[in-house]
Amino acid sequence: MKKILFALGLAAVMAVPAYAQAREVTFSTQLSNYGGDGAYLALYLTDADGQYQETLWISGEKSKYYKHLRDWARGSGLNQAEYDGLTGASVSSGRTLNVTLELDDALIDSGYQVRVDTAVEDMRDNRSDVVAPLTTEGSGKSVAGRGYVQSFVYNLK
Amino acid sequence: MLRKLHGWPGLVAALLLLVLATTGVILSVVPAIERAGATIPATGQISVADLAERVVAHYPGTEQIERSLSGEVVVYYSRDRQPGADLVNPLTGEGIAPYQPSAFLRWVKNLHRSFLLDDAGRMLAGGLAVMMLLLCLSGMFLLARRMGGWKAILKPIAGSGSSRIHAELARFAVIGLLLSALTGSYMSAVRFGLLPEAAAAEPSFPAEVSGGTPAPVSSLLALKNVDANELRELVFPYPNDPSDVYSLSTTQGSGFVDQATGELLQYQPRSTGNQFQHWMIRLHTGEGLWWLGLILGMAALTVPALSFTGIQVWWQRRSTSVRLGEGASIEVADVVILVGSEGNTTWGFARDLQNKLNQAGKKVHCAPMNDLAKRYPQASVLFVLTSTYGDGDAPSSASQFMTRLEHFQANDGLEFVVLGFGDQQFPKFCQYALDVDAALSSKGLQQVNLVTRIDRGSAIQFREWGEAIGEHMGISLALTHNPAPAATAEFELVERVDYGVAVNAPTSILRFRPVQDRRNLWQVLSFRSRSNLPSFEAGDLFGVAPPGDNTARLYSLASSASDGQLEICVRKQTNGLCSGYLHSLEPGDRISGFIQQNPGFRPAGGATPIILIGAGAGIGPLAGFIRKNTDRNPMYLYWGGRNPQSDFLYQPELGCYLDDHRLTGLNTAFSRSAEKAYVQDAIIADESALRQLIEKGAQVLVCGGRDMASGVSQVFDSILKPLHMDVDELRAEGRYLEDVY
Repeated sequence: MKKILFALGLAAVMAVPAYAQAREVTFSTQLSNYGGDGAYLALYLTDADGQYQETLWISGEKSKYYKHLRDWARGSGLNQAEYDGLTGASVSSGRTLNVTLELDDALIDSGYQVRVDTAVEDMRDNRSDVVAPLTTEGSGKSVAGRGYVQSFVYNLK
Repeated sequence: MLRKLHGWPGLVAALLLLVLATTGVILSVVPAIERAGATIPATGQISVADLAERVVAHYPGTEQIERSLSGEVVVYYSRDRQPGADLVNPLTGEGIAPYQPSAFLRWVKNLHRSFLLDDAGRMLAGGLAVMMLLLCLSGMFLLARRMGGWKAILKPIAGSGSSRIHAELARFAVIGLLLSALTGSYMSAVRFGLLPEAAAAEPSFPAEVSGGTPAPVSSLLALKNVDANELRELVFPYPNDPSDVYSLSTTQGSGFVDQATGELLQYQPRSTGNQFQHWMIRLHTGEGLWWLGLILGMAALTVPALSFTGIQVWWQRRSTSVRLGEGASIEVADVVILVGSEGNTTWGFARDLQNKLNQAGKKVHCAPMNDLAKRYPQASVLFVLTSTYGDGDAPSSASQFMTRLEHFQANDGLEFVVLGFGDQQFPKFCQYALDVDAALSSKGLQQVNLVTRIDRGSAIQFREWGEAIGEHMGISLALTHNPAPAATAEFELVERVDYGVAVNAPTSILRFRPVQDRRNLWQVLSFRSRSNLPSFEAGDLFGVAPPGDNTARLYSLASSASDGQLEICVRKQTNGLCSGYLHSLEPGDRISGFIQQNPGFRPAGGATPIILIGAGAGIGPLAGFIRKNTDRNPMYLYWGGRNPQSDFLYQPELGCYLDDHRLTGLNTAFSRSAEKAYVQDAIIADESALRQLIEKGAQVLVCGGRDMASGVSQVFDSILKPLHMDVDELRAEGRYLEDVY
């Protein structure tokens, strides 16, 4: 299986310059064999109420389809500034997306959630396919998705 | 140039286009199938609010309702945290079946748009669409040229074989193919940013919502105002999130709906550019336009056949393009052959002529007409062998000839001979050869003889022309080129009736039965079936080559395919190789032969009076026409033989035809009887009746020997004089047809 590894520390640091302590986090999103074209994914952070905070990663190259990542689209307002430099290719059925980012320590164990929205052409859009609290305890624990995501796991370094 | 533009891209693209076309055909039926399975409420029958209410009643966890342009309604829902999708009946909201897009169709669609290769494949598909566009356009121009102008483009297409099938199919399909290619190119150009993408006016999420208690979906005013048939998509708010809203997208625009007040928020109508783009896609996919989808599919269905016939035409053109060297140089040549050719067939004849002239000790220079030199210092004869393209135009290797001719300096006494190649079915038969002939005459060259026109590459006419020219040049010129030996079939002689032995003109009516054989696959695929055992009419030609000779002789058929046999009437010529062979046949003997269509020699239909004129064995096709005249249209036969007791061909049959009025009048003349009359005499005797018939629009068909035919046309000129008409005029109107040998 092809693993895609992204190291985008600089971008993440630029996005959250106020925090001093950064921590490397790897997000692995494995898709099920849903039997469709490549999936568009949005990984983003929300607060405990589900309110959008910031974008972690967008998979999918055509921004005109981003509106189908519905919750993220609503939260980010589809503002290009929100996802600039944080995009990559769409993810095929059955494949795994690995993204490594540097997150500020303050975001961990502070009630934030990682969410994943997914969408596939001619198939349904999944709002909050995955919802996982961002905690030290949750690190390495696999969470099942309810749409195209088979399992989702993040590892804190 | 136009031809190259049509040929090369076509060849390269043919295989890939086959994939695009085949997948396109499959996809084209999808809108029709979807439409057939969809329930579509009458306009105004139910609103989006009604629809949503009914769907929610059956699917409490509804997240999203989508309506395709074909009318299918799909609900996406969650039940016990498990996502699901069902097709629903919009009238009741009841589920019909789980919604499961076909994996096969998805695969076909991806093959169609990207050859399963993502962006690289999409680029290729886009390039092919552009190429298809070029093919359609260049093909339309080629067809217009072939037909003699845009106004004539819908007229019946002359010609035969692959090139005709190609033209007929293309004419039928070009509009559909053009539309598919144009919209496909557009979609690809937009995809790759070559054309601006219309900004999809996305409404921004409302900054403020009422946040009140959610009202039942059926009560929301903004949803009540939209007809269910205009719905594209309705996304429900999250349960228990008062700040969320409905997202509504319709054929007209999109916006949000407050879940408490039912107010429409941030509504954005579709922009014109967006609607245009949307329509381009619909015109390509036939989405929601099932009839268009089927039309496009039918057009695409012709692509395999177009590719196949196109490659065949290209291959024929290529395989006949083998040229002999130019031979002698311009400076030393005493004979020059210039060739005007579109499909390269004329080169085969030129090569034969060049060979035979070489054998006779001539120094021959052979070149395309476009290579006409300023001078040929040693030349004494200039041959021009040319076909005609379309409606009297120059073929491609002669396109510059007339211009170059202006600067041409002829030696004193330079003779020229023009030989035209063409097809009598075309209205301007060998017109370009006639034009070249006139142009050379006006340059002061000496014309050896009138333009000879070779019909459909007739090897016999070519040989006869060679004999005449050889005689003039004082050399023996035995031309044997036979352009396309037709595929032959086997025939068995079932009956022969002999006449004329007593008057030294042995003539037999021979009846053959086709020996059934199976066509092989290649013959079926390459449309050879035509020449193997096609349908035929009286007046068509039956080609037979005697043993040990490759040149087929053509005999006019006296029967039609519906008679179940081939009937020919053959006079045994003194030392005639082929007629002798045919006369030696006994019932049960087998020969091989082929049929060649001859639509230029058929009686006009309807009540037009028909005057049939023939002598000797020329009665064959005329008797066939009379036999077929079951509508009892007026038909008159003038026929000349030698002696009524010996060679009165078809005498018993003609008696029957007179009795049952298939034949209106019969006039005969016998040269070796007491009257000593020829058919011309019988015509003159009936002069005033014939003149009246011509005035009424009658058509004349003449079949027989060359001398008889020219005698008859002279007689007709004199008959027509009081009407201020002549045979040429009738000929031009298609009212004076000859089948002469």
